[in-house]
Amino acid sequence: MSTAHSDHDHPAHLAHHFETSAQQMESGKLGMWVFLATEILMFGGLFCAYAVYRANNPDVFLFAHRALDTTWGAINTAVLLASSFTMAWGVRAAQLGQKKLLIGLLIATLFGGAGFMLIKTVEYKAKWDHALFVGPSNAYYHDNGTLADPGEAAHSSEYIEKHGDTDGGHGGHGDDHGAGHGDAHAAGHGDSHAGDHGGDHGAQADAPAPAASKIAAPAAPPTGLHADLLTHKRPVLGAGESLSTGIGAIQASHKGSHYPAFTELDPLNTNRTHIFFQIYFAMTGLHGLHVLIGLGLISWICYRAGGPMTRALLVPGLFVSVGIYFVFVWWLVSANSGWFPTTALVAAVLCLIAGALWGAKNVALTKPNPDADSEFSPGYYTPVDCVGLYWHLVDLIWIFLFPLLYLIH
Amino acid sequence: MSHDHAHDEHAPHAVPLGFLALIFGVLMVLTFVTVGVTKFDFGYSMNLVVAMAIALVKALLVGLYFMHLRWDAPINGFILVASLLFVTLFISFALLDTGAYAPTQAAAALRGSTP
Amino acid sequence: MSVIPTNPSPPSAPGTDVVKAKKGLYGDEDNYITHGKGILSWLLTIDHKRIGLMYMVCVLAAFFIGGIFAIALRTELIWPGQTLMPWAEANTNWKLYNQLFSVHGAVMVFMFIIPAIPAILGNFALPIMLGAKDVAFPRLNLLSWYCYVGGSLFFLWILTGGVVGTLFGLENMPWYFPKGIDTGWTFYTPYSTDTNTGVILATMGVFVLGFASILTGVNFIATIHMLRPRNMGWDRLPLMLWSLYATSVIQILATPVLAITMLLLLAERVLGIGVFDPAKGGDPVLYQHFFWFYSHPAVYIMILPAMGVISEVISVFSRKHIFGYSFIAASSLAIALFGFIVWGHHMFTSGQSPLLNSVFSLLTMSVAVPSAVKVFNWLATMYNGKIRLDTPMIYALGFIWLFTIGGLTGLPLAALSTDIHYHDTYFVVAHFHYVMVGSTLFGFLAGMYYWWPKMTGKMYNEKAGQIWAWMVFAGFNLTFFIQFIAGSLGAPRRYADYDPRFWKYHFISTLGSYVLMIGLFGVLYNWVSSWRSGKKAPANPWGANTLEWHTPSPPPHANFEDGHEPEGVPPYDYDGWDYVSEEEGYVRKEGYVYQGH
Repeated sequence: MSTAHSDHDHPAHLAHHFETSAQQMESGKLGMWVFLATEILMFGGLFCAYAVYRANNPDVFLFAHRALDTTWGAINTAVLLASSFTMAWGVRAAQLGQKKLLIGLLIATLFGGAGFMLIKTVEYKAKWDHALFVGPSNAYYHDNGTLADPGEAAHSSEYIEKHGDTDGGHGGHGDDHGAGHGDAHAAGHGDSHAGDHGGDHGAQADAPAPAASKIAAPAAPPTGLHADLLTHKRPVLGAGESLSTGIGAIQASHKGSHYPAFTELDPLNTNRTHIFFQIYFAMTGLHGLHVLIGLGLISWICYRAGGPMTRALLVPGLFVSVGIYFVFVWWLVSANSGWFPTTALVAAVLCLIAGALWGAKNVALTKPNPDADSEFSPGYYTPVDCVGLYWHLVDLIWIFLFPLLYLIH
Repeated sequence: MSHDHAHDEHAPHAVPLGFLALIFGVLMVLTFVTVGVTKFDFGYSMNLVVAMAIALVKALLVGLYFMHLRWDAPINGFILVASLLFVTLFISFALLDTGAYAPTQAAAALRGSTP
Repeated sequence: MSVIPTNPSPPSAPGTDVVKAKKGLYGDEDNYITHGKGILSWLLTIDHKRIGLMYMVCVLAAFFIGGIFAIALRTELIWPGQTLMPWAEANTNWKLYNQLFSVHGAVMVFMFIIPAIPAILGNFALPIMLGAKDVAFPRLNLLSWYCYVGGSLFFLWILTGGVVGTLFGLENMPWYFPKGIDTGWTFYTPYSTDTNTGVILATMGVFVLGFASILTGVNFIATIHMLRPRNMGWDRLPLMLWSLYATSVIQILATPVLAITMLLLLAERVLGIGVFDPAKGGDPVLYQHFFWFYSHPAVYIMILPAMGVISEVISVFSRKHIFGYSFIAASSLAIALFGFIVWGHHMFTSGQSPLLNSVFSLLTMSVAVPSAVKVFNWLATMYNGKIRLDTPMIYALGFIWLFTIGGLTGLPLAALSTDIHYHDTYFVVAHFHYVMVGSTLFGFLAGMYYWWPKMTGKMYNEKAGQIWAWMVFAGFNLTFFIQFIAGSLGAPRRYADYDPRFWKYHFISTLGSYVLMIGLFGVLYNWVSSWRSGKKAPANPWGANTLEWHTPSPPPHANFEDGHEPEGVPPYDYDGWDYVSEEEGYVRKEGYVYQGH
């Protein structure tokens, strides 16, 4: 590593404390990997919370995960994998000095990440509409053993059970269900959930009453029940038995791959139903935050890799993109009342105008300059490589999140 | 750093484009497989094992080829593996523990009192 | 003189005093302190030495704040009944006491002990010991300092709120004007989700401070891997660097878990997600798993760097090659790894399952092995050595003494049955103060005195340094040894008042804390007066052979003189240096070749 430096001319990108470009690049990569290790450990905490709650409340996870949309989840996986591919290709382009291609691939990666966030918005919106959101905005929210709003929980349960049956990824399971759920099956098609929520609400209005009374039951059990709860419902988690036996046995009691309805949940676990959603939002929220950070980093790399025109258009372009995103959000929520749609629209208009004006100004003032060029060359592309590593890690975490959250069965 | 390309000073290992595309194709296929396999039921635990196995293969492909671990200094891969080991350690101890007291705690919470 | 390729201005040159009077502390000398002028040249510096000094100022300020709270705590406890509390009568129900020990704990742990040695001494010495010009990522290093300052501001915010709230007795303040914090430094749920004190600000502060820690860790690992000079394999790495390396490994693997814990706690407070709240179906013991998965390894983040300092100091001041180099190096890594599998011993009485209780109890004992390996090797190093009782060595000997007591009293706490008795008594308080203060603080002071001439280019007053060292040692033992006895008699911790039968113990302990405080102020005075008017330090006052002593004191901006290409040397080979009395320091023998030891 430390040979022949006296006659080595110092390239501009080589920091003063490194002897060779290779040493600098290897250091950068090592540092990036160490940082990625911290990211893995950080997500590890959430995976731990997930594992603990899933192991101890398998029926809750079987029930509640059906609120998630497997089709959108799978599409999002594909989108993120595609953006990962363009990023890996981009690193290759940087290594080979293909400057135009690098910029194109980075922009493609940006579109991939933005697409991921758009789909995530659609999914979050659906949860919000059905009172399955984070914190107390969740219909199953419990405090001191009491459901906040049993009626709302019944609505949400009906939505979850119906939605789970119609969702593309679980089509095969519809047959296993008892007679009570069969009628919901008829309306099934995997892709068009965002549109037809109004219909769901109408359906719920018909028969919430019996379900609601059942749900209220565990909230205020008769005093003598506690000993039963401890011994009766959880026979398999006794001392010495492994957890997998326990889960298997619980599953067996649910007759194969049958998904429990909310009323069939272990009464001990009903107050943890909302925890599934809290963990879902914690995991996907933190992941989404990392996607946003990744988008910022890729934009930064794109700026450094670009010539004068790319640099002139990149930041205004980001403003326009955010504006388009807010237009989309406005379109999603435009049926809702309250301050949110208006705010989204105002934000959208502001971003679009600012982006357009700024872009026009930059383009008008930018002169073609043959000297201004990409900072990266086959001899120096460490930032591209490191941002690529970060982006792949974001992808890698999603690779695990997708089956863990969407594909429980 | 050992690969010797003629055209530049540092000879980075550029992964052939066709190979990257192949990996991407395999990843997409595996995504379809992991969704499709939910139509078959191997039992609750085995379903999880199958899903995690597929995810692990995908993660390996991303790590080895997209993240260049296949050609990188071994220390980088070691860091990744070590961090995963520590996550495993954390999760397994926590699982081992919570499995023992979770029912008691849930019952107490249901009563509206602390254990 | 001519053999040292490095001394820029002859230290014995007449007229230095006159120059100093005219041109500040360093005359015309060009070193890293005088290299840039103005406050911005410090705030925007990426020089690891300057960042180390900036860390020193801030960390010592944090130590001062935490110390004030410690003295307030001890003063409250000097008699049974109210001592300080009538003054804060508006704070009903002794709430003020809870805030005092919470802030004391949080400030001392997150703002003093964890960054003390790595961020001050490590930042300063690590690259020079490697013969490098800087750490691998100098800008991240500066960012780390800003994260530290930013995180500390949250705690200052809480403190200000606490002081104002206490003085004016304001109840039910909003979150942005918190009345201190009263959860203890552990933020255990569900209390931390219910209390109306500044948990939100504290978690944000800890989160940001965690970034400072992680950035330092990333830097050190990359630097030690990539920037070693020619002839320095892993077998010639000074033991200080081995322990900093092990520390960084812990920082990398544990701190992110604290970050996610704090984020979840924040979500718990702000969004009410209930993952850790039993009333909402959550699991409070899981919080403790999360917290201690970081915070037990964090104990080794505190102690390992101190052990590194001690390994250097013991060897240098015994004038003898370190005994069992590879064992000490390996035991650092062993402690780092074992530190990750023992966290459950903080949870023996929390409702943790009996199985895990026994497993963690057993595993905890295993940490005793690498710790003992270190102690025995230090003792063997001193055996037959020519021991010089300079100030750093006094602190190092104090370290061994206190660490042994702290370590051995850890065994009854690790054993399940005895821990049930000792749990939450002053025995625990005494134990962890022996390990964290007795060991880490003494290691820190040893390191500060050891590298002081290198950092500032000034010698300190040796006599005064020794006197203060003995005073700190006496004050510390007076404060905390008696707490072992009180604790084993059952005196509970975390209470503002106590059974009068414990009066004698608390009284002596409080007196001891005053002695300790005076001693520490003496140390501070010693440093300040040394920096203002100390004698110029030679390049190598101790005759050590690690690379930082091969460059002038203080080092030039680029760490080594132009044209001096540092190479790895056997770090504990002292035969190549002769004491030269005109230099008041050691000078390298001409043509010396290492023969092996």
